[in-house]
Amino acid sequence: MLDTFTSAWFVGHYNYWMTIVLMMIGLYIVVSRGNLVKKIIGLNVFQTSVFMLYISMGKIFGGTAPILTDNPDEVYSNPLPHVLILTAIVVGIATTALGLALVIRIREQYDTIEEDEIFDIEQKMAGQPESHSPIVQGGER
Amino acid sequence: MFSLIEPHLPILQVIVPLIAAPLCALFGNRHLAWVIAFTAASISFGIACLLLASVLDGSIISYEIGGWAPPWGIEYRVDAANAFLLLIVSLIGAIVLPYARRSIEKEFDRSTHTYFYVCYLLCLTGLLGVAITGDAFNVFVFLEISSLSTYALVAFGADRDKRALTAAYNYLIMGTIGATFFVIGLGLLYMMTGTLNMVDLSERLAALGDNRAVHVGYVFILVGLGLKLAMFPLHLWLPNAYTYAPSAITAFLAATATKVAVYVLLRFIFSIFGFEFSFETLTLEYVVMPLAIIAMFAASIAAVFQEDIKRLLAYSSIAQIGYILLGVTLLNHTGLTAGIIHLFNHAVTKGALFLAVGCFVYQIGSSRLSDLKGMGRLMPWTSAAIVIGGLSLIGVPLTVGFISKWYLISASLEAGSLFIAGLIVMSSLIAVVYVWRMVETLYLEPAPAGRQKGEAPLSMLIPTWTLIAACLYFGVNSELTSSAASQAAHAFLPPQQIVSGGAGQ
Repeated sequence: MLDTFTSAWFVGHYNYWMTIVLMMIGLYIVVSRGNLVKKIIGLNVFQTSVFMLYISMGKIFGGTAPILTDNPDEVYSNPLPHVLILTAIVVGIATTALGLALVIRIREQYDTIEEDEIFDIEQKMAGQPESHSPIVQGGER
Repeated sequence: MFSLIEPHLPILQVIVPLIAAPLCALFGNRHLAWVIAFTAASISFGIACLLLASVLDGSIISYEIGGWAPPWGIEYRVDAANAFLLLIVSLIGAIVLPYARRSIEKEFDRSTHTYFYVCYLLCLTGLLGVAITGDAFNVFVFLEISSLSTYALVAFGADRDKRALTAAYNYLIMGTIGATFFVIGLGLLYMMTGTLNMVDLSERLAALGDNRAVHVGYVFILVGLGLKLAMFPLHLWLPNAYTYAPSAITAFLAATATKVAVYVLLRFIFSIFGFEFSFETLTLEYVVMPLAIIAMFAASIAAVFQEDIKRLLAYSSIAQIGYILLGVTLLNHTGLTAGIIHLFNHAVTKGALFLAVGCFVYQIGSSRLSDLKGMGRLMPWTSAAIVIGGLSLIGVPLTVGFISKWYLISASLEAGSLFIAGLIVMSSLIAVVYVWRMVETLYLEPAPAGRQKGEAPLSMLIPTWTLIAACLYFGVNSELTSSAASQAAHAFLPPQQIVSGGAGQ
């Protein structure tokens, strides 16, 4: 009973579905929010979804932690994705720290962390709006 | 003594700048930090020369880290392709440092100079690591080491213009999305093959055949690296980052960072996925090639309308990346050679140009075209450097740009497309327009009254002219670069795999 339930298309791939959901939420926050701190948080959610993707692929049903035991029939989970993700977590922390540090400096210099206000200030700094060809416009934001 | 060190050269290539970085921070003194950084960069350059010399005959150096044999341990693998890239990166890294010393004095506060060198060395470490490693996940780690230090380096420009901060922030967001896409792609490949070693990956992928998960992984990697290398619609971070970064860093990044990302892309396209993977040939031919051609035109046209010379050159960089990708997507041996040779030639040209612009910034504190009127007479050497570099961007004979264009056009003729050859010539004509704008401002407009004649210090002019000299020398005598590029193309694309027209058979 439980077997047929877990092998159903949705529940069987539950982790992967959640990975995709998290990934989309994260990416959406990064793209849609104008607040610089919220963008960093979105980036974090996005990265976390990748951690989950890796950890899920290392898991084996009934597998234990990969520590050698005397039982030769023991099934182990794959430890390599865990190791990779430890590295990726470190990279993620460094990115978040650097991003937040930049936000602090931006706040000191611009007195705001809202993207549209910063955009207005930068437009004024440029004196007159800089000459744009169509593809440049997006690049300014 | 040397025989003791020699087998460990591949790891020393990365370790030397990595160890030097914390040393700089520990000593804290900016003069001492510069000496350490310059020594480390020079040693790296020496090692890269030795490595290139030992692989130019087509042999491959494989180094097992910690003595763990390849598919399990991390392997550093040096062949002609990445030895060539190591040489470019470490060469630019060593040339820019003497320049940076004077240049940054006028651009930001002295108390932070030590940290500048720390970030610079870490960035160099990351770029060298990406180039040398034979392990796909290791690429990600090094890519992020270099990217994180790059974001910090761009933000150093904030003392001169606070927009450097938002440029660095946007670069951080886009760069991280790119890196994360790359990791997702790697994850999918790992799921399918259970390995991360590049050689092992290519063998197992070939055995696997066509597979949906591999397709998705491939696309994630393509888009992720596209963000890192500023492939046309994903280039939005580049103009601001290049414009507001300190001059020395703009030169360093323009010459190395995007080039290294291009290398990783080539490594994945050719060495790992290989041509048997027909989905790849399709995406390259019908997605990447049109984007490369659009980049050649759109970015060149955008460059024509810029008011700031740094921003103008930044847009030109996007166009040049288009040329590199075009060469690669022609999918023949000459095209790949053209792509790799342009990788080197553009690194030298754009490095020299940005260094020359930095000389203007040092002297008059601005890189806006309107402030540079008449500088041709006031700073003759710097202006001459801009002219020669500009000619190389256009592709005038006797400069390296000509060699690249020559290879590109012969590759497109070889692929049977007169149309593409025509497009290359036409987009070069747009380059004439933006280069002429620089020349006109520098030489034909009168200088504002009361401005003194004065050149930038020699320690800035010499690195600039070293690169300009390289630009002319390799333009006349292309023997060395073209043979190295051709060897590199062979490393990516063993001769027996070459099929005319490119489609895998």
